[in-house]
Amino acid sequence: MARAAVLGRLTWLVAEVVDVVPETDGVKTIVFDVPGWPGHRAGQHVDVRLTAEDGYQAQRSYSIASAPDASRIELTVERLDDGEVSPYLTEELREGDQIELRGPVGGYFVWEPSQGGPLLLVAGGSGVVPLMAMLRARETAGSDAETRLLLSSRGWDDVIYRGELERLDGDGLTVVHTLTRTQPQSWTGYARRVDAEMLAEVGPDPTERPFVYVCGPTPFVEAVAEALVRLGHAPQNVKTERFGPTGG
Amino acid sequence: MPSPSDRPPLVSRGFRGRRDNSPSDRVPPGQYVTEDFPVLSAGPTPHTPLEQWDFSIVGEVDELRSWTWEEFRALPSEDVTVDIHCVTKWSKLDTVWQGVSVDTLLDGVETAAEYVVQFCDGGYTTNVPLEDVTGGKAWVAFAYGGEPLEPEHGGPARMLVPHLYFWKSAKWVRGLRLESTDEPGFWEVNGYHNYGDPWREQRYWGD
Amino acid sequence: MDALMLDGNAIAGLLQEVFAVEMTTALGTCGGCGATNAVGATHVYRGAGIVMRCPHCKNALVTIVKDETRAWIGFPGVRTLQVTV
Repeated sequence: MARAAVLGRLTWLVAEVVDVVPETDGVKTIVFDVPGWPGHRAGQHVDVRLTAEDGYQAQRSYSIASAPDASRIELTVERLDDGEVSPYLTEELREGDQIELRGPVGGYFVWEPSQGGPLLLVAGGSGVVPLMAMLRARETAGSDAETRLLLSSRGWDDVIYRGELERLDGDGLTVVHTLTRTQPQSWTGYARRVDAEMLAEVGPDPTERPFVYVCGPTPFVEAVAEALVRLGHAPQNVKTERFGPTGG
Repeated sequence: MPSPSDRPPLVSRGFRGRRDNSPSDRVPPGQYVTEDFPVLSAGPTPHTPLEQWDFSIVGEVDELRSWTWEEFRALPSEDVTVDIHCVTKWSKLDTVWQGVSVDTLLDGVETAAEYVVQFCDGGYTTNVPLEDVTGGKAWVAFAYGGEPLEPEHGGPARMLVPHLYFWKSAKWVRGLRLESTDEPGFWEVNGYHNYGDPWREQRYWGD
Repeated sequence: MDALMLDGNAIAGLLQEVFAVEMTTALGTCGGCGATNAVGATHVYRGAGIVMRCPHCKNALVTIVKDETRAWIGFPGVRTLQVTV
């Protein structure tokens, strides 16, 4: 991990859209071909830059959703109603369009298969994106690290990557959902916001010293991280990434 | 410092961004007009209860002054409509505020001071020449758009000094310190311009 | 806790642009309370410029002001910064 520390100055790379894939209502995965892409680690993100014809620029950060060894990179973007960039990425972009991005960036919120487990991944909404990269990396590497994903979503139709998570479930991976606003008729799972009791039930026990990654909106991350530490997880084992407006 | 890339920025088809950049003599150089009111902050939002809030005039003055919230709200106030310009490049035209003029707060104060430091809950400071907050140029604002000023926008009260970049209008202001020497504030010591005139595009230290 | 607050991960690209090394794993010791945190775990606020604050005592650790060709980095509250070389 130390070798990757000295990376030199970042440059803006041209990324071309090769596919746009709907995930849920308002969430799309965009597949990019990026000549010169240096590869990345699960959990890292890119800065995206858009320039208008008159030179006006907007910049946002998005987590890389794809596994590290993929030849293309994928970003999963949630359309924010009052957003400036996300509506463009999710509604305007089409195959052949080009944007600029730089990366990969971030070495703190990263999981590599060589670390092993156990792993606890806790996601709020679109916070699942970097954690999905970790699960995809885990699968590609053939890792058997014991892993639990606790994913909080508004409703069953809001669960991003739902089908793929069902497919990956098993083989050392346990996927637990909580649906905070609406639940299907026969739902027997969690139906409330993530709290200490839920985290204790989902596990693993703090004595197993799992690597914990928490990602989502700031209030979600604050509440979950605090609960984890109160349950006995060592703060240095709990890594957090807060999602929110990253305009720069 | 050489740019890491020789290639000019790539224009993305169909991207406009959320702004209206119609050229106007009301828009300083390098600014874009927005309909939003972006929330920018150097730190966490303070939540001082009104019972504990006060506003003070301190420093090189003949007598210190202080108002509780009730006393402050009993002072004569004005409705002002002004354009505001943030150094991060957005401008917002015709913003409507209600506030107490700094002239009212300094009425009768004797001082040889030429500079002012705005000090705030949370520790933020910014400096302005005294003549830039007097003569009808500045207010302590407690309402925006006809509503009490929200905490995220600086409530219960913030400075309003519209002729300078908006970092010179401190949120959560608790008073003015008058001084005979200029004392650069939080952003002025960390890279932004000491004066901050948007019409001369004085964004950064040394510009 | 502000809903708008983010963390050091959100400015990883900016930091790498300025320092030319991966910075979110750098460890900063707060000059206020002495706590040591990974930069990725510090609280980040966007004002006129970027402010990184200690997650424990909220002291301003680092400020970043930037235009296209210049960056001003202030260290109002960092005692030491440990970077992997």
